[in-house]
Amino acid sequence: MSVIETISLTRLFGSLKAVDGLSFSIEPQEVFGLLGPNGAGKTTTIKMLTTLLPPTSGIGLVAGFDIRKQPAKVRHMVGYVPQFISADGTLSGYENLLIFAKLYDIPGKEREKRIHSALAFMGLEDSANKLVKQYSGGMIRRLEIAQSILHRPEVLFLDEPTIGLDPNARRIVWTHIKQLQKEFGTTILLTTHDMDEADSLCDRVAIMNLGIIATIGSPSALKDSIHHPGATLDDVFIYFTGNSIEGGNFRETARMRRIARRLG
Amino acid sequence: MKAIAYLSNFLNKTFVIMELELRKLHHDPTELITRAVQPALWLLVFGQVFTKMRAIPTGDISYIDFMSPGILAQSVLFISIFYGIAIIWERDLGIVHKFLVSPTPRAALVLGKALSAGLRAMTQAVIIYILAILLGVKINWNPLALLGMVLAVILGATCFSTFSLIIACLVKTRERFMGIGQLLTMPLFFASNAIYPISVMPDWLQIIARINPLTYEVDILRGLMLANGTTTYPPGIDFLVLLAVSTALVLIGAKLYPSVVI
Repeated sequence: MSVIETISLTRLFGSLKAVDGLSFSIEPQEVFGLLGPNGAGKTTTIKMLTTLLPPTSGIGLVAGFDIRKQPAKVRHMVGYVPQFISADGTLSGYENLLIFAKLYDIPGKEREKRIHSALAFMGLEDSANKLVKQYSGGMIRRLEIAQSILHRPEVLFLDEPTIGLDPNARRIVWTHIKQLQKEFGTTILLTTHDMDEADSLCDRVAIMNLGIIATIGSPSALKDSIHHPGATLDDVFIYFTGNSIEGGNFRETARMRRIARRLG
Repeated sequence: MKAIAYLSNFLNKTFVIMELELRKLHHDPTELITRAVQPALWLLVFGQVFTKMRAIPTGDISYIDFMSPGILAQSVLFISIFYGIAIIWERDLGIVHKFLVSPTPRAALVLGKALSAGLRAMTQAVIIYILAILLGVKINWNPLALLGMVLAVILGATCFSTFSLIIACLVKTRERFMGIGQLLTMPLFFASNAIYPISVMPDWLQIIARINPLTYEVDILRGLMLANGTTTYPPGIDFLVLLAVSTALVLIGAKLYPSVVI
Protein backbone atom coordinates (compact mmCIF):
# COMPACT_ATOMS: atom_id res chain seq x y z
CA MET A 1 0.00 0.00 0.00
CA SER A 2 1.21 3.49 -0.78
CA VAL A 3 2.20 5.72 2.11
CA ILE A 4 1.01 8.82 0.31
CA GLU A 5 -1.67 8.86 -2.32
CA THR A 6 -3.44 11.80 -3.88
CA ILE A 7 -6.34 11.78 -6.31
CA SER A 8 -7.06 15.02 -8.20
CA LEU A 9 -5.79 17.06 -5.25
CA THR A 10 -6.51 20.71 -6.00
CA ARG A 11 -5.98 24.01 -4.23
CA LEU A 12 -7.17 27.35 -5.48
CA PHE A 13 -6.10 30.76 -4.21
CA GLY A 14 -8.83 32.97 -5.57
CA SER A 15 -8.86 32.07 -9.23
CA LEU A 16 -5.24 30.89 -9.24
CA LYS A 17 -4.85 27.10 -9.39
CA ALA A 18 -1.79 26.63 -7.19
CA VAL A 19 -2.18 22.86 -7.35
CA ASP A 20 -4.31 21.53 -10.17
CA GLY A 21 -5.67 17.98 -9.97
CA LEU A 22 -2.56 16.31 -8.59
CA SER A 23 -2.58 12.49 -8.62
CA PHE A 24 0.46 10.55 -7.54
CA SER A 25 1.57 8.02 -4.94
CA ILE A 26 4.66 7.37 -2.88
CA GLU A 27 5.68 3.89 -1.76
CA PRO A 28 6.97 2.95 1.70
CA GLN A 29 10.60 3.86 2.38
CA GLU A 30 10.96 5.89 -0.77
CA VAL A 31 12.83 9.17 -0.86
CA PHE A 32 10.66 11.17 -3.20
CA GLY A 33 11.65 14.55 -4.60
CA LEU A 34 9.22 17.24 -5.64
CA LEU A 35 10.98 19.59 -8.06
CA GLY A 36 9.84 22.63 -9.96
CA PRO A 37 10.25 26.38 -10.31
CA ASN A 38 9.05 28.80 -7.61
CA GLY A 39 5.28 28.97 -7.66
CA ALA A 40 4.93 25.50 -9.22
CA GLY A 41 2.86 24.33 -6.25
CA LYS A 42 5.42 22.27 -4.30
CA THR A 43 5.02 24.00 -0.95
CA THR A 44 1.23 24.16 -1.38
CA THR A 45 1.25 20.39 -1.95
CA ILE A 46 3.30 19.80 1.20
CA LYS A 47 1.08 22.15 3.20
CA MET A 48 -1.98 20.18 2.14
CA LEU A 49 -0.41 16.80 2.92
CA THR A 50 0.69 18.00 6.37
CA THR A 51 -2.83 19.37 7.14
CA LEU A 52 -1.69 23.01 7.24
CA LEU A 53 -3.87 23.92 4.29
CA PRO A 54 -7.23 22.38 3.42
CA PRO A 55 -7.49 21.28 -0.22
CA THR A 56 -10.16 22.90 -2.37
CA SER A 57 -11.06 19.51 -3.81
CA GLY A 58 -9.66 16.02 -4.34
CA ILE A 59 -8.42 13.35 -1.99
CA GLY A 60 -5.17 13.01 -0.11
CA LEU A 61 -4.23 9.98 1.96
CA VAL A 62 -1.22 9.98 4.25
CA ALA A 63 -0.32 6.73 6.04
CA GLY A 64 -3.83 5.57 5.27
CA PHE A 65 -5.60 8.58 6.76
CA ASP A 66 -7.62 11.18 4.91
CA ILE A 67 -6.05 14.64 5.21
CA ARG A 68 -9.46 16.29 5.15
CA LYS A 69 -11.47 13.96 7.36
CA GLN A 70 -8.81 12.74 9.79
CA PRO A 71 -6.29 15.56 10.15
CA ALA A 72 -5.58 14.70 13.80
CA LYS A 73 -4.59 11.14 12.82
CA VAL A 74 -2.39 12.41 10.00
CA ARG A 75 -0.57 14.75 12.40
CA HIS A 76 0.51 11.80 14.54
CA MET A 77 2.01 10.06 11.52
CA VAL A 78 4.02 12.83 9.92
CA GLY A 79 7.08 14.91 10.67
CA TYR A 80 7.63 18.26 8.98
CA VAL A 81 10.62 20.51 8.52
CA PRO A 82 9.43 23.81 7.01
CA GLN A 83 11.50 25.69 4.49
CA PHE A 84 12.10 28.53 6.92
CA ILE A 85 13.83 28.27 10.26
CA SER A 86 11.54 26.49 12.65
CA ALA A 87 13.84 25.83 15.59
CA ASP A 88 13.51 28.41 18.34
CA GLY A 89 16.73 30.44 18.51
CA THR A 90 16.06 31.66 22.04
CA LEU A 91 16.04 28.11 23.45
CA SER A 92 18.78 25.49 23.67
CA GLY A 93 18.82 22.55 21.27
CA TYR A 94 17.79 20.25 24.08
CA GLU A 95 14.83 22.46 25.02
CA ASN A 96 13.66 22.59 21.41
CA LEU A 97 13.54 18.81 21.44
CA LEU A 98 12.01 18.58 24.92
CA ILE A 99 9.02 20.75 24.04
CA PHE A 100 8.27 18.74 20.91
CA ALA A 101 8.70 15.42 22.72
CA LYS A 102 6.03 16.64 25.12
CA LEU A 103 3.73 17.90 22.38
CA TYR A 104 3.97 14.50 20.68
CA ASP A 105 2.98 12.67 23.89
CA ILE A 106 6.22 10.77 24.27
CA PRO A 107 5.97 9.45 27.84
CA GLY A 108 8.37 10.69 30.53
CA LYS A 109 10.64 7.65 30.74
CA GLU A 110 11.00 7.30 27.02
CA ARG A 111 11.45 11.05 26.48
CA GLU A 112 15.07 11.47 27.58
CA LYS A 113 16.08 8.36 25.66
CA ARG A 114 14.50 9.60 22.44
CA ILE A 115 15.95 13.09 22.83
CA HIS A 116 19.43 11.75 23.38
CA SER A 117 19.23 9.28 20.53
CA ALA A 118 17.94 12.02 18.23
CA LEU A 119 20.81 14.29 19.30
CA ALA A 120 23.31 11.48 18.79
CA PHE A 121 21.80 10.53 15.45
CA MET A 122 22.13 14.09 14.18
CA GLY A 123 25.58 14.61 15.71
CA LEU A 124 24.47 17.38 18.05
CA GLU A 125 25.24 15.89 21.47
CA ASP A 126 28.01 18.36 22.25
CA SER A 127 25.85 21.39 21.50
CA ALA A 128 22.65 20.21 23.16
CA ASN A 129 22.75 22.88 25.85
CA LYS A 130 23.88 25.76 23.67
CA LEU A 131 21.30 28.30 22.54
CA VAL A 132 20.21 27.61 18.98
CA LYS A 133 21.10 31.25 18.16
CA GLN A 134 24.73 30.14 18.38
CA TYR A 135 24.31 27.16 16.04
CA SER A 136 25.61 27.09 12.48
CA GLY A 137 23.12 26.78 9.62
CA GLY A 138 23.80 23.09 9.15
CA MET A 139 23.38 22.43 12.86
CA ILE A 140 20.02 24.25 12.89
CA ARG A 141 18.80 22.09 10.01
CA ARG A 142 19.96 18.93 11.75
CA LEU A 143 18.25 20.00 14.96
CA GLU A 144 15.04 20.64 13.05
CA ILE A 145 15.19 17.19 11.50
CA ALA A 146 15.88 15.75 14.97
CA GLN A 147 12.76 17.58 16.24
CA SER A 148 10.65 16.15 13.47
CA ILE A 149 11.67 12.50 14.01
CA LEU A 150 11.25 12.29 17.80
CA HIS A 151 7.88 10.58 17.44
CA ARG A 152 9.18 8.20 14.74
CA PRO A 153 6.88 9.43 11.97
CA GLU A 154 6.06 7.20 9.03
CA VAL A 155 6.45 10.08 6.63
CA LEU A 156 8.84 12.97 6.85
CA PHE A 157 8.27 16.15 4.83
CA LEU A 158 11.35 18.23 4.16
CA ASP A 159 10.72 21.53 2.41
CA GLU A 160 14.02 22.57 0.83
CA PRO A 161 16.14 20.95 3.54
CA THR A 162 19.49 22.33 2.36
CA ILE A 163 18.51 25.83 1.23
CA GLY A 164 21.18 28.32 2.24
CA LEU A 165 23.70 25.70 3.39
CA ASP A 166 27.30 25.48 2.24
CA PRO A 167 28.39 22.32 0.36
CA ASN A 168 29.84 20.63 3.45
CA ALA A 169 26.81 21.22 5.63
CA ARG A 170 24.64 20.12 2.74
CA ARG A 171 26.44 16.79 2.40
CA ILE A 172 26.11 16.11 6.11
CA VAL A 173 22.36 16.69 5.91
CA TRP A 174 22.18 14.34 2.91
CA THR A 175 23.96 11.58 4.81
CA HIS A 176 21.45 11.92 7.63
CA ILE A 177 18.46 11.79 5.31
CA LYS A 178 19.83 8.60 3.72
CA GLN A 179 20.41 7.13 7.16
CA LEU A 180 16.85 7.90 8.23
CA GLN A 181 15.53 5.99 5.27
CA LYS A 182 17.80 3.03 5.99
CA GLU A 183 17.61 2.79 9.77
CA PHE A 184 14.02 3.77 10.49
CA GLY A 185 12.40 2.95 7.16
CA THR A 186 11.02 6.48 7.05
CA THR A 187 9.35 7.55 3.83
CA ILE A 188 10.63 10.97 2.86
CA LEU A 189 9.09 13.61 0.64
CA LEU A 190 11.36 16.53 -0.03
CA THR A 191 11.30 19.58 -2.25
CA THR A 192 14.43 21.10 -3.67
CA HIS A 193 15.83 23.42 -6.31
CA ASP A 194 19.11 21.59 -6.21
CA MET A 195 19.27 19.00 -8.98
CA ASP A 196 22.41 17.44 -7.49
CA GLU A 197 20.47 16.89 -4.33
CA ALA A 198 17.55 15.31 -6.15
CA ASP A 199 19.90 13.11 -8.16
CA SER A 200 21.88 11.79 -5.23
CA LEU A 201 19.06 11.46 -2.68
CA CYS A 202 15.83 10.59 -4.44
CA ASP A 203 14.59 7.22 -5.59
CA ARG A 204 11.98 8.99 -7.67
CA VAL A 205 11.24 12.59 -8.50
CA ALA A 206 8.26 14.47 -9.85
CA ILE A 207 8.77 17.72 -11.72
CA MET A 208 5.92 20.12 -11.07
CA ASN A 209 5.08 23.08 -13.24
CA LEU A 210 2.09 25.43 -13.00
CA GLY A 211 0.33 23.23 -10.47
CA ILE A 212 0.56 19.92 -12.31
CA ILE A 213 3.09 17.10 -12.49
CA ALA A 214 4.96 17.46 -15.77
CA THR A 215 6.83 14.20 -15.40
CA ILE A 216 7.55 11.57 -12.78
CA GLY A 217 10.08 8.76 -12.49
CA SER A 218 13.52 7.76 -11.24
CA PRO A 219 16.25 10.32 -11.99
CA SER A 220 17.91 7.97 -14.46
CA ALA A 221 14.65 7.16 -16.25
CA LEU A 222 13.91 10.88 -16.58
CA LYS A 223 17.35 11.58 -18.01
CA ASP A 224 16.77 8.86 -20.61
CA SER A 225 13.30 10.17 -21.39
CA ILE A 226 14.43 13.40 -23.03
CA HIS A 227 16.59 11.57 -25.62
CA HIS A 228 19.59 13.75 -25.13
CA PRO A 229 22.86 11.88 -24.66
CA GLY A 230 24.66 12.79 -21.42
CA ALA A 231 21.59 14.65 -20.11
CA THR A 232 21.69 15.79 -16.48
CA LEU A 233 18.70 16.34 -14.22
CA ASP A 234 19.17 20.06 -14.91
CA ASP A 235 18.43 19.40 -18.57
CA VAL A 236 15.36 17.41 -17.62
CA PHE A 237 14.19 20.24 -15.39
CA ILE A 238 14.59 22.84 -18.12
CA TYR A 239 13.02 20.54 -20.70
CA PHE A 240 9.84 20.20 -18.65
CA THR A 241 9.58 23.64 -17.09
CA GLY A 242 11.23 25.93 -19.66
CA ASN A 243 7.85 27.30 -20.74
CA SER A 244 7.07 28.80 -17.35
CA ILE A 245 7.81 32.41 -16.56
CA GLU A 246 10.30 33.00 -13.78
CA GLY A 247 8.58 32.47 -10.44
CA GLY A 248 8.81 34.05 -6.99
CA ASN A 249 7.68 37.50 -5.96
CA PHE A 250 9.31 40.24 -3.91
CA ARG A 251 8.06 39.02 -0.56
CA GLU A 252 9.12 35.42 -1.14
CA THR A 253 12.52 36.50 -2.35
CA ALA A 254 13.05 38.81 0.61
CA ARG A 255 12.09 36.01 2.97
CA MET A 256 14.34 33.51 1.25
CA ARG A 257 17.34 35.81 1.38
CA ARG A 258 16.72 36.60 5.02
CA ILE A 259 16.73 32.89 5.80
CA ALA A 260 19.85 32.33 3.73
CA ARG A 261 21.56 35.12 5.66
CA ARG A 262 20.55 33.66 9.02
CA LEU A 263 21.72 30.21 8.06
CA GLY A 264 24.94 31.30 6.37
CA MET B 1 -14.52 9.49 29.52
CA LYS B 2 -13.63 10.81 26.09
CA ALA B 3 -14.33 14.34 27.26
CA ILE B 4 -12.06 13.90 30.28
CA ALA B 5 -9.25 12.51 28.12
CA TYR B 6 -9.65 15.45 25.75
CA LEU B 7 -9.65 17.95 28.60
CA SER B 8 -6.58 16.49 30.28
CA ASN B 9 -4.74 16.45 26.94
CA PHE B 10 -5.83 20.05 26.33
CA LEU B 11 -4.59 21.25 29.74
CA ASN B 12 -1.41 19.24 29.48
CA LYS B 13 -0.55 20.80 26.08
CA THR B 14 -1.48 24.25 27.35
CA PHE B 15 1.11 23.82 30.11
CA VAL B 16 3.74 22.65 27.60
CA ILE B 17 3.26 25.88 25.63
CA MET B 18 3.53 27.86 28.88
CA GLU B 19 6.70 25.96 29.76
CA LEU B 20 8.11 26.90 26.37
CA GLU B 21 7.39 30.60 26.94
CA LEU B 22 8.81 30.50 30.46
CA ARG B 23 12.00 28.89 29.24
CA LYS B 24 12.37 31.67 26.66
CA LEU B 25 11.83 34.28 29.33
CA HIS B 26 14.37 32.57 31.57
CA HIS B 27 17.03 32.82 28.83
CA ASP B 28 16.30 36.49 28.14
CA PRO B 29 14.45 38.43 30.84
CA THR B 30 15.60 41.91 29.70
CA GLU B 31 12.20 42.63 28.15
CA LEU B 32 10.55 42.54 31.56
CA ILE B 33 12.84 45.21 32.93
CA THR B 34 12.48 47.59 29.98
CA ARG B 35 8.74 47.08 30.07
CA ALA B 36 8.61 48.36 33.63
CA VAL B 37 9.87 51.80 32.68
CA GLN B 38 6.59 53.04 31.24
CA PRO B 39 4.31 52.29 34.21
CA ALA B 40 6.97 53.74 36.49
CA LEU B 41 6.86 57.00 34.55
CA TRP B 42 3.07 57.12 34.68
CA LEU B 43 3.01 56.61 38.42
CA LEU B 44 5.92 58.89 39.25
CA VAL B 45 5.25 61.77 36.88
CA PHE B 46 1.60 61.76 35.91
CA GLY B 47 0.44 60.31 39.23
CA GLN B 48 2.41 62.69 41.43
CA VAL B 49 1.37 65.78 39.48
CA PHE B 50 -2.32 64.91 39.36
CA THR B 51 -2.36 63.97 43.02
CA LYS B 52 -1.14 67.50 43.84
CA MET B 53 -3.61 69.14 41.45
CA ARG B 54 -6.66 67.34 42.87
CA ALA B 55 -8.25 67.87 39.45
CA ILE B 56 -9.98 64.53 39.27
CA PRO B 57 -12.74 63.56 41.75
CA THR B 58 -11.76 60.21 43.25
CA GLY B 59 -14.00 60.14 46.31
CA ASP B 60 -12.45 59.03 49.60
CA ILE B 61 -9.13 57.92 48.21
CA SER B 62 -6.20 60.00 46.99
CA TYR B 63 -5.54 60.23 43.28
CA ILE B 64 -2.37 58.13 43.45
CA ASP B 65 -4.36 55.39 45.19
CA PHE B 66 -7.06 55.67 42.56
CA MET B 67 -4.59 55.54 39.73
CA SER B 68 -2.27 52.71 40.82
CA PRO B 69 -4.67 49.87 39.94
CA GLY B 70 -5.37 51.71 36.67
CA ILE B 71 -1.67 51.70 35.81
CA LEU B 72 -1.44 48.02 36.74
CA ALA B 73 -4.28 47.33 34.32
CA GLN B 74 -2.53 49.51 31.76
CA SER B 75 0.66 47.46 31.93
CA VAL B 76 -1.38 44.28 31.64
CA LEU B 77 -2.90 45.77 28.49
CA PHE B 78 0.40 47.03 27.02
CA ILE B 79 2.35 43.84 27.64
CA SER B 80 -0.44 41.78 26.09
CA ILE B 81 -1.61 43.85 23.16
CA PHE B 82 1.59 43.46 21.16
CA TYR B 83 1.73 39.73 21.74
CA GLY B 84 0.39 39.17 18.25
CA ILE B 85 3.58 40.52 16.73
CA ALA B 86 5.44 37.53 18.18
CA ILE B 87 2.99 35.25 16.38
CA ILE B 88 3.71 36.98 13.06
CA TRP B 89 7.43 36.81 13.74
CA GLU B 90 7.21 33.09 14.51
CA ARG B 91 5.08 32.58 11.42
CA ASP B 92 7.69 34.33 9.25
CA LEU B 93 10.33 32.01 10.64
CA GLY B 94 8.32 28.80 10.28
CA ILE B 95 7.91 28.01 13.97
CA VAL B 96 4.12 28.25 13.84
CA HIS B 97 4.02 25.75 10.96
CA LYS B 98 5.72 23.15 13.03
CA PHE B 99 3.38 23.61 15.97
CA LEU B 100 0.35 23.38 13.71
CA VAL B 101 1.57 20.13 12.14
CA SER B 102 1.95 18.60 15.62
CA PRO B 103 -1.12 16.95 17.14
CA THR B 104 -1.60 19.83 19.61
CA PRO B 105 -5.15 21.16 20.05
CA ARG B 106 -5.32 24.62 18.48
CA ALA B 107 -7.03 26.04 21.53
CA ALA B 108 -4.12 24.81 23.68
CA LEU B 109 -1.64 26.67 21.46
CA VAL B 110 -3.69 29.85 21.88
CA LEU B 111 -4.45 29.51 25.58
CA GLY B 112 -0.86 28.49 26.41
CA LYS B 113 0.42 31.68 24.78
CA ALA B 114 -2.27 33.75 26.48
CA LEU B 115 -1.53 32.41 29.95
CA SER B 116 2.16 33.02 29.50
CA ALA B 117 1.30 36.63 28.68
CA GLY B 118 -0.38 36.48 32.10
CA LEU B 119 2.84 35.34 33.72
CA ARG B 120 4.73 38.18 32.05
CA ALA B 121 2.09 40.59 33.28
CA MET B 122 2.56 39.24 36.82
CA THR B 123 6.18 40.41 36.82
CA GLN B 124 4.84 43.89 36.03
CA ALA B 125 2.37 43.58 38.88
CA VAL B 126 5.22 42.93 41.30
CA ILE B 127 7.08 46.03 40.11
CA ILE B 128 3.94 48.20 40.27
CA TYR B 129 3.15 47.00 43.79
CA ILE B 130 6.67 47.97 44.87
CA LEU B 131 6.37 51.41 43.27
CA ALA B 132 2.92 51.89 44.79
CA ILE B 133 4.21 51.09 48.26
CA LEU B 134 7.04 53.59 47.81
CA LEU B 135 4.50 56.23 46.79
CA GLY B 136 2.48 55.58 49.94
CA VAL B 137 -0.45 53.76 48.38
CA LYS B 138 -2.32 51.75 51.00
CA ILE B 139 -2.21 48.15 49.81
CA ASN B 140 -4.66 45.42 50.74
CA TRP B 141 -2.46 42.58 52.05
CA ASN B 142 -5.28 40.12 52.61
CA PRO B 143 -4.04 36.86 50.99
CA LEU B 144 -7.40 36.35 49.31
CA ALA B 145 -7.26 39.83 47.81
CA LEU B 146 -3.72 39.14 46.54
CA LEU B 147 -4.83 35.85 45.04
CA GLY B 148 -7.75 37.61 43.41
CA MET B 149 -5.37 40.22 42.00
CA VAL B 150 -3.17 37.47 40.48
CA LEU B 151 -6.25 35.92 38.91
CA ALA B 152 -7.44 39.25 37.57
CA VAL B 153 -4.03 40.06 36.06
CA ILE B 154 -3.77 36.65 34.35
CA LEU B 155 -7.34 36.85 33.12
CA GLY B 156 -6.86 40.37 31.79
CA ALA B 157 -3.63 39.39 30.01
CA THR B 158 -5.37 36.34 28.53
CA CYS B 159 -8.13 38.54 27.22
CA PHE B 160 -5.92 41.21 25.59
CA SER B 161 -3.19 38.89 24.29
CA THR B 162 -5.76 36.68 22.57
CA PHE B 163 -7.39 39.77 21.13
CA SER B 164 -3.95 40.66 19.81
CA LEU B 165 -3.46 37.17 18.37
CA ILE B 166 -6.77 37.43 16.54
CA ILE B 167 -5.72 40.72 14.97
CA ALA B 168 -2.40 39.16 13.96
CA CYS B 169 -4.24 36.27 12.27
CA LEU B 170 -6.38 38.75 10.37
CA VAL B 171 -3.77 41.29 9.22
CA LYS B 172 -0.87 38.80 8.81
CA THR B 173 1.99 41.28 8.35
CA ARG B 174 4.09 43.05 10.94
CA GLU B 175 3.70 46.49 9.38
CA ARG B 176 -0.08 46.38 9.37
CA PHE B 177 -0.14 44.88 12.84
CA MET B 178 2.00 47.67 14.31
CA GLY B 179 -0.31 50.27 12.80
CA ILE B 180 -3.44 48.65 14.16
CA GLY B 181 -1.85 47.91 17.53
CA GLN B 182 -1.00 51.59 18.00
CA LEU B 183 -4.47 52.53 16.86
CA LEU B 184 -6.18 50.30 19.43
CA THR B 185 -4.06 50.70 22.52
CA MET B 186 -4.67 54.35 23.30
CA PRO B 187 -8.46 54.33 22.77
CA LEU B 188 -8.74 51.18 24.92
CA PHE B 189 -6.78 52.90 27.65
CA PHE B 190 -8.42 56.33 27.56
CA ALA B 191 -11.94 54.97 27.11
CA SER B 192 -11.68 53.19 30.45
CA ASN B 193 -11.77 54.10 34.10
CA ALA B 194 -7.99 53.61 34.46
CA ILE B 195 -6.97 57.20 35.22
CA TYR B 196 -10.32 58.93 35.76
CA PRO B 197 -13.73 57.68 36.87
CA ILE B 198 -16.39 56.93 34.27
CA SER B 199 -18.68 59.54 35.86
CA VAL B 200 -16.58 62.45 34.55
CA MET B 201 -16.80 61.24 30.94
CA PRO B 202 -19.25 62.61 28.35
CA ASP B 203 -22.19 60.28 27.71
CA TRP B 204 -20.93 58.75 24.46
CA LEU B 205 -17.60 57.89 26.05
CA GLN B 206 -19.34 56.37 29.06
CA ILE B 207 -21.07 53.91 26.73
CA ILE B 208 -17.77 52.90 25.14
CA ALA B 209 -16.12 52.63 28.55
CA ARG B 210 -18.83 50.26 29.73
CA ILE B 211 -18.27 47.84 26.85
CA ASN B 212 -14.48 48.08 27.18
CA PRO B 213 -13.13 44.96 28.96
CA LEU B 214 -10.30 47.09 30.40
CA THR B 215 -12.87 48.93 32.53
CA TYR B 216 -13.77 45.68 34.29
CA GLU B 217 -10.09 44.79 34.69
CA VAL B 218 -9.44 48.18 36.31
CA ASP B 219 -12.56 47.93 38.45
CA ILE B 220 -11.69 44.54 39.93
CA LEU B 221 -8.07 45.55 40.50
CA ARG B 222 -9.20 48.71 42.29
CA GLY B 223 -11.29 46.58 44.59
CA LEU B 224 -8.49 44.08 45.27
CA MET B 225 -5.31 46.16 45.34
CA LEU B 226 -6.28 48.98 47.69
CA ALA B 227 -6.74 48.66 51.44
CA ASN B 228 -10.01 50.60 51.24
CA GLY B 229 -10.77 49.82 47.63
CA THR B 230 -14.29 49.63 46.29
CA THR B 231 -15.58 48.46 42.95
CA THR B 232 -18.22 50.10 40.77
CA TYR B 233 -19.62 46.75 39.72
CA PRO B 234 -19.95 43.70 41.96
CA PRO B 235 -16.58 41.84 41.84
CA GLY B 236 -18.35 38.72 40.56
CA ILE B 237 -19.59 40.64 37.54
CA ASP B 238 -16.10 41.97 36.78
CA PHE B 239 -14.65 38.45 36.84
CA LEU B 240 -17.53 37.07 34.84
CA VAL B 241 -17.17 39.69 32.10
CA LEU B 242 -13.42 39.08 31.83
CA LEU B 243 -13.86 35.31 31.84
CA ALA B 244 -16.62 35.36 29.24
CA VAL B 245 -14.71 37.70 26.91
CA SER B 246 -11.50 35.65 27.30
CA THR B 247 -13.26 32.36 26.61
CA ALA B 248 -14.94 33.74 23.52
CA LEU B 249 -11.65 35.21 22.25
CA VAL B 250 -9.71 31.97 22.85
CA LEU B 251 -12.31 30.02 20.87
CA ILE B 252 -12.22 32.53 18.01
CA GLY B 253 -8.40 32.58 18.19
CA ALA B 254 -8.25 28.79 17.98
CA LYS B 255 -10.42 28.92 14.87
CA LEU B 256 -8.30 31.62 13.22
CA TYR B 257 -4.82 30.53 14.32
CA PRO B 258 -4.27 27.94 11.54
CA SER B 259 -5.03 30.60 8.92
CA VAL B 260 -1.93 32.56 9.89
CA VAL B 261 0.24 30.20 7.80
CA ILE B 262 -1.92 30.36 4.66
